[in-house]
Amino acid sequence: MKAPIKTMASAGVLAIAFATGALAVTQDATQQPMAMTHMPMPQLHGHPHTSQSNTAMPASAASVAKPRAVPDMELSSVHHASTAPVGARSPDYSDGYRYEALEGMDMRDDSAVAALLLSRMEYVHPRDGGNAVAIDGEAWYGRNFDKLWLKFEGEHAEGRLQDLRTEALWSHALTAFWDRQLGVRHDFGAGPARTWAAFGVEGLAPYRFETEATFYVGQGGRTAARAAFEYEARFTQRLILQPSLEANFYGRDDPQRDIGSGLSDFQAGLRLRYELRREFAPYAGIVWQQRFGRTRDYLRAQGESADDLQFVAGVRIWF
Amino acid sequence: MKPTIRNPGFSIPMPSRRRFVQGLALGGTAAMLGGFAKPVWALAGGNQPRVLSGTEFNLEVAEMPVNYTGHANIATTVNGQLPGPLLRWREGTAVVLHVTNRMRVPTSIHWHGILLPFDMDGVPGISFPGIALGETFTYRFPVRQSGTYWYHAHSGFQEQTGLYGPLVIDPAMPDRITADRDYVVMLNDWTDMDPDRIFAILKTRSDYFSVNQPSLPGFMRDAARTGLAGALRERAMWNRMRMSPRDLIDVTGFTYTYLMNGATPAGNWTGLFRPGERVRLRFINASANSYFDVRVPGLKLTVIAADGQDIEPVAADEFRIAVAETYDVIVEPQEDRAYTIFAQSIDRSGFARGTLAPRVGMQAEVPALDPVPTLTMVDMMGAMGDRGDHGMQHGGMDMPGMVKAHHARSEYRNPGVDMLVDMPRTNLDDPGAGLRDNGRRVLTYADLHTVGGSLYPQPVTREIELHLDGSMERFIWSFDGVIFSKAKPVHFRYGEHLRIVLCNDTMMNHPIHLHGMWSEVESPEGEFQVRKQTVNVQPAQRVTYRVKADAPGRWAYHCHLLYHMEAGMFREVVVA
Repeated sequence: MKAPIKTMASAGVLAIAFATGALAVTQDATQQPMAMTHMPMPQLHGHPHTSQSNTAMPASAASVAKPRAVPDMELSSVHHASTAPVGARSPDYSDGYRYEALEGMDMRDDSAVAALLLSRMEYVHPRDGGNAVAIDGEAWYGRNFDKLWLKFEGEHAEGRLQDLRTEALWSHALTAFWDRQLGVRHDFGAGPARTWAAFGVEGLAPYRFETEATFYVGQGGRTAARAAFEYEARFTQRLILQPSLEANFYGRDDPQRDIGSGLSDFQAGLRLRYELRREFAPYAGIVWQQRFGRTRDYLRAQGESADDLQFVAGVRIWF
Repeated sequence: MKPTIRNPGFSIPMPSRRRFVQGLALGGTAAMLGGFAKPVWALAGGNQPRVLSGTEFNLEVAEMPVNYTGHANIATTVNGQLPGPLLRWREGTAVVLHVTNRMRVPTSIHWHGILLPFDMDGVPGISFPGIALGETFTYRFPVRQSGTYWYHAHSGFQEQTGLYGPLVIDPAMPDRITADRDYVVMLNDWTDMDPDRIFAILKTRSDYFSVNQPSLPGFMRDAARTGLAGALRERAMWNRMRMSPRDLIDVTGFTYTYLMNGATPAGNWTGLFRPGERVRLRFINASANSYFDVRVPGLKLTVIAADGQDIEPVAADEFRIAVAETYDVIVEPQEDRAYTIFAQSIDRSGFARGTLAPRVGMQAEVPALDPVPTLTMVDMMGAMGDRGDHGMQHGGMDMPGMVKAHHARSEYRNPGVDMLVDMPRTNLDDPGAGLRDNGRRVLTYADLHTVGGSLYPQPVTREIELHLDGSMERFIWSFDGVIFSKAKPVHFRYGEHLRIVLCNDTMMNHPIHLHGMWSEVESPEGEFQVRKQTVNVQPAQRVTYRVKADAPGRWAYHCHLLYHMEAGMFREVVVA
């Protein structure tokens, strides 16, 4: 009877973890777009909108708007609900006219764009143990609101691929700062390969935290979650310090891949890069990595340490 | 005196940066033609003008090798010149322009600010199909106005790569303004980058070109000035919003070398004068994506026309010129010395520069760039930002003069809209970020009064409100949150006199250009202010103008920042 309880506990941890990232997004999503001043009343009376003004009476003069009340204007309340208020006007001034296609129109307003970001390509020098090579990146292709999004993160050490997480996602714009992502994840590396369905969010959280939060469901009832945060602090226009956090959670043990349930591992990084070009930035940094629970036990059983301070050096490349 | 560049906050490790900013002294097409030491021309100055005047013109659009920065490149040019030749028309005549495409891609020329039949307007996809390779298109139309205008491509990014030139129309009656010298001063932004690449970069990383992002030294300066708590609060506020107070313009001196009449700052375009003469300078911002703050240290500027239309003369030390605007200015240098015409970009990442001098070869001191402007609460919150230090006091039941923006449904739940301003500013007398309280008399729209007033005495019968929206992160720009390719046209009923209300829900300036009809800007009180063809709307500002829908047909209506236009801030207007 112990196992189900444990599974439930793990699931609880998982849910909380996932919520860490997701909560911010949800909150943010309901606050889009952010209005600079919060005016809850739908529409002022007597607003001389559209055809009512038959005189040359200017809108600006006529609507010496007398807000009935000026609400709290702390920044904490300057966000609008995402739904349009009653009385929001129509953007359609066409009176039924449509754009009649004519040769030569050349707008790129929804054209497809491709990009590749190799955010980390680095040598990893652990305090103990052998050196490793790590890579972390993403690539995307698509239009304004819908993109194919590829992610990959992996480590090569001791002469073989230790771990490689790859994801292929459909990324759909949710708000100005957030995308919703749906797709598949496939893990290569030591132990049997694992495949998961993936769904999550990626975007820029308030205070400019680059955030990824993804939930995974795999074969045989496996579940996992991953949350990652990055920040950029500029010393100069080219010298940039990037703190990062990443945590992985699993719903159940996977001894063949040395993974225990619950919070499995946590990484905190600090990388200082210099943008020789915007597209090419060498960096150096430190990463503190900690394994927890059963994952830690598996590693200890193999004589490896559960926590590690790593020195890293690499390049960040962007196209 | 050597020109000086000071650009605090941007470390410049590249040795070629200086030459890149300053450009080559013999840069441009002139170097290719050989023998033109200074690529200069003027209407009645000491230099050889490249003017085409009359009623029939042959223009050839072709690619040309150029070199402005030390790197050979290809430009799109008219008759082998960059800028293209000055076309001089006369009001009351009819002009015929044969434009031949000698390139491998389609092209077009749009006559900016000119009233004409819509099928002569030169916008591919709206007024005609464009000019195919090897073909000649003949534009014919009567000239119904006078003043300073310009022409440019409306195809792809050819406006960025060099296809532009000045247009001066002499009035049918003798000019109200007399001048001894008459120079066009055309401002441009040259880049060695492929504009398609610039656009792709903006779509992926919109702050790529910013050279003045908030950084630690800036933070420490703020902390020293306002205290640590204040600096932290300010930084936290912007970060919370995920906005940057340094987002003044998307494309900057990071890639641009700014040109004056086709000359780099090192090339130093020069206009000659004799002390005591009245010199007319016709400023045209023909850049693709740059705002300039213009002054001539040592000389008072008397501004006499805006967008080709005469205004009541007004004195100023400096003016900000939005993309596609024109300002005619009289200066009267009395001394036998050189004066620098200094046009710094809005974000202080570079400048265009030329010289007024009694003799060729003279130079005056080039001023240092001003400090980098920082957007304030006024630029983010409009009228609300005006109230107190941070504009967010509680209470205040009564706010006279405040106008509430009327948002469209499409602006909500829209990933292409990152902010909405509910209470925009309506005043026209704010020179904008970077020019406020700088100790100089800076021109604003409140100073502009068109001679003779409005052309249309009839009352306004309808109002169309449109909001200027965007998402900086995604680099999506639109009217009402709807990009061009998802939008229906805006219908003006033929003959009606309507009011356009523009509210800027972004933290950038947008120069909004209506083709084919005048935009008669109103004061905040609704009185006629000034007649223009491009109306700049400042961050979080509300501007209204009247339009007489007297030009039937299909017209383009768009932000004249080229990359905003291509990103969707564009509508078709149907007058029928």
